[in-house]
Amino acid sequence: MRSMVKMTWMEAKLFLREPASAFFSLIFPLMMLLIFGTIYGSQSVPGTGSTEEAIGALIPSFTGMIIGMIGLMPITITMATYRENGILRRLRTTPVGPLVVMMAQLVVVFAMTTLGMALLVAAGRLIYHVSFPENVFSVLGGFVLGSLSFFAIGFILAGLMPTARAAQIVGMVLLYPMLILSGAGWPRELMPPAVLKLSAYLPLTYVVNLLRGLWFGESWAQHTTDVLVLLGLLVGGVLISIRTFRWE
Amino acid sequence: MTKAMGAVVYVEGLQKSYGATVAVAGISFEVQEGEIYGMIGPNGAGKTTTIECLEGLRKPDQGTIRVLGLDPQREGKALRLRTGMQLQSSNLQDRMRVWEALDLYASFYPRAADWKVLLGQLGLEDKRDTPFAKLSGGQKQRLFIALALLPDPQLIFLDELTTGLDPQARHTIWDLVRDVRARGKTVVLSTHFMEEAEKLCDRVAILDRGRIVALDTPAALIHRLDFEARVLFTLEGSLPAALPEALARVGRVEVQGQQVTVRGPGDAPTPLVSEVVNVLAAQGVPFRDLRTEQATLEDVFLSLTGRAVRA
Repeated sequence: MRSMVKMTWMEAKLFLREPASAFFSLIFPLMMLLIFGTIYGSQSVPGTGSTEEAIGALIPSFTGMIIGMIGLMPITITMATYRENGILRRLRTTPVGPLVVMMAQLVVVFAMTTLGMALLVAAGRLIYHVSFPENVFSVLGGFVLGSLSFFAIGFILAGLMPTARAAQIVGMVLLYPMLILSGAGWPRELMPPAVLKLSAYLPLTYVVNLLRGLWFGESWAQHTTDVLVLLGLLVGGVLISIRTFRWE
Repeated sequence: MTKAMGAVVYVEGLQKSYGATVAVAGISFEVQEGEIYGMIGPNGAGKTTTIECLEGLRKPDQGTIRVLGLDPQREGKALRLRTGMQLQSSNLQDRMRVWEALDLYASFYPRAADWKVLLGQLGLEDKRDTPFAKLSGGQKQRLFIALALLPDPQLIFLDELTTGLDPQARHTIWDLVRDVRARGKTVVLSTHFMEEAEKLCDRVAILDRGRIVALDTPAALIHRLDFEARVLFTLEGSLPAALPEALARVGRVEVQGQQVTVRGPGDAPTPLVSEVVNVLAAQGVPFRDLRTEQATLEDVFLSLTGRAVRA
């Protein structure tokens, strides 16, 4: 247990020492919120109500953005690098084994995602006076499901990619269309129907749909598809990532 | 208690193949407490596979292995608590600092050695806050030795410890390994540097294509081969006409310009070097840079396998 705590603390420090991961998961979504907030402050947005409501809608979307970025960049690159560089090999010679580093990694990225979301909520509340969702626990539940399901993709990819470099490139290639088309980085209300159809094939879409719905007080029953897709992703992801996992 | 049970490492008939490639083709040996046991051979001789089987990282196809009386496959965790290991190719996270690595790895062992003491012993005190990626090759290896010593192990494995290091760093590491042994620990190491095996190990196994072709102390291995002595010197002036003939009575003579080499039996009652000096003195031939050359482990390897180690 002591080694798990130490390893988690170590991985957290390493995460924050990597400027790119820290910037994209914590600072970048906050910047986006401020930029969109400035735009929305002066004009109305089609399909949404008041400015507060429009900015409120950004918070779950950008939380989806953080989940997407963390799932496909830091997780994939870190795990592929640890394997390629022999860090997992080194851990195999100790009594704790390399699983401790994967668990620590998961705890850290989940904590960072939560921190990223907390920053968005705090900024929305303090600057734009966005009201909190009615059922906070419902939103948090969706957040946990959405992030864990999506993170599974990162672990699968890390196992499949031959090198850390390949993991980085493939992660990016998958990430950008998802950020643009899933509603995470751009309101789905502004997308033409053809693009909306395409977005149905992107896992991140379901994360964003669920988070936005729950944020605005919709019930879980209204999001059965999202929940089923995400649960499938989670179960399948865990099973596949166990199969694709390699020590070296 | 039998000798086998008292051995720190006991290996009997170890075999391991990767597909069609035979890495280890049936080797047996024992390592006794407190010795530095070396395995030497070219890349692909089976050194790393053997070490990885000993540590339980690979499953042997056949054979019996006991390390500290434990079966590495079934009792791997217990074994890892009591052994330290440095791997041929492993790394730490680039941005992990030296003290953080030691502190983290110390948390893996219930009775870990004090890493602050190890930091001093391995000369890493001024690198305490340096990230792993900024360490030199020698410093990284010293850190790996420190990590291997953290469990306060009875046995430590060092795989290709000094590969890629400059000679000075290599000598520093050798001193460290001797220190480790002086503290009563057993060391099993692999190397492809003959000099390293010769200067560091108490016993050396010469591996070639997955087999042990010789196993003894370095001195005994060399002595076994010491059939030839060589004496070399440089003439101060031109070659006196009578010299080659006089030298030919003590050994085979080879003249290249000013440089003369005499080869003779290594086990003669009078050493070849005395004979050569006597001839030179009797004829009053001025010379300089007289020296003898002895067989090295490199020659032993060459004679056993017909190939150079790094060929």
